[in-house]
Amino acid sequence: MNPRLSPTHCGTMFRAVFRLSATGARSLARSRPCYSAPSATRCYSHGKVETDEEFDARWVTYFSKPDIDGWELRKGMNTLIGYDLVPEAKILDSALRACRRLNDLASAIRILEAVKDKAGPHKDIYPYLIQELKPTLSELGISTPEELGIDKL
Amino acid sequence: PNFSLRLSARWHTSFRPTGGREQGVAKVEEYTLPAYFDRRENPLPDVCYVQNLSPEQKSLKEKEIGSWAALSNEEKIALYRISFKQSFAEMNQGSSEWKSVVGGMMFLIGFTGLVVLWQRKYVYGPVPHTFDAEYKAKELQRTLDMRMNPVEGFASKWDYENKQWKK
Repeated sequence: MNPRLSPTHCGTMFRAVFRLSATGARSLARSRPCYSAPSATRCYSHGKVETDEEFDARWVTYFSKPDIDGWELRKGMNTLIGYDLVPEAKILDSALRACRRLNDLASAIRILEAVKDKAGPHKDIYPYLIQELKPTLSELGISTPEELGIDKL
Repeated sequence: PNFSLRLSARWHTSFRPTGGREQGVAKVEEYTLPAYFDRRENPLPDVCYVQNLSPEQKSLKEKEIGSWAALSNEEKIALYRISFKQSFAEMNQGSSEWKSVVGGMMFLIGFTGLVVLWQRKYVYGPVPHTFDAEYKAKELQRTLDMRMNPVEGFASKWDYENKQWKK
């Protein structure tokens, strides 16, 4: 699944689709003309293809569970990191709030580190995500790994 | 719950089958418990790195329940280090081990070369007489006499009139 990071507020220039697939041929095969129709024009199997919004919404809901426990947070995060994508800011926002409910600051910082590592060679994804998450980070009092200096050796 | 991460580690010990007898509880083997490991693909391991907290760490954990903005950077790093052993930067760093490996390889290949040279001198007997220069000359003459590969091959390169190689 490759979520399209559409601009959430005017003024941003980010219309880039952050695909982590290395080959251009592969991303060409995965491009969709529009993503409003669940019955996709290009079917890879007879099953329904989940749209990017449905994927995001599902994960936001997962982390928004009020009584989420530590195991569920870890399972969710480890699974999400296993996918071939960088999670959207809203999913990460939901996950960070789950960390707050669990009183787990270390995991919150770890999530930011993992997301930066996930972006790999695409160096512009992480600063964009931090920019999007800035309100949440200051509200919850989460420092980024850069602010703490643990992004360096 | 405060230590939700540690509770999950204890979860495993509560289902020990004792056959109804509470005196003999089997000892929990350490290798059966979830292990901590730093991996890029598994950012949140099953257990915290530090399982037994010192009193300062315990009080820091208490402070974590309150507002995180009230924590200093050192305290935040301390909380991180309780849960995790290495940061992503530390776990991803490379090493210079490859230099030792390549150097060792070259050394051993060189040593093998010395062994081979010694073998040639002291182990192997003489080569057959068919390698003598005189014998080889006779062999070449015979090859030309029998017109071996006369169309495009060996004998085609020899000028039989002038008894020399073709220019």
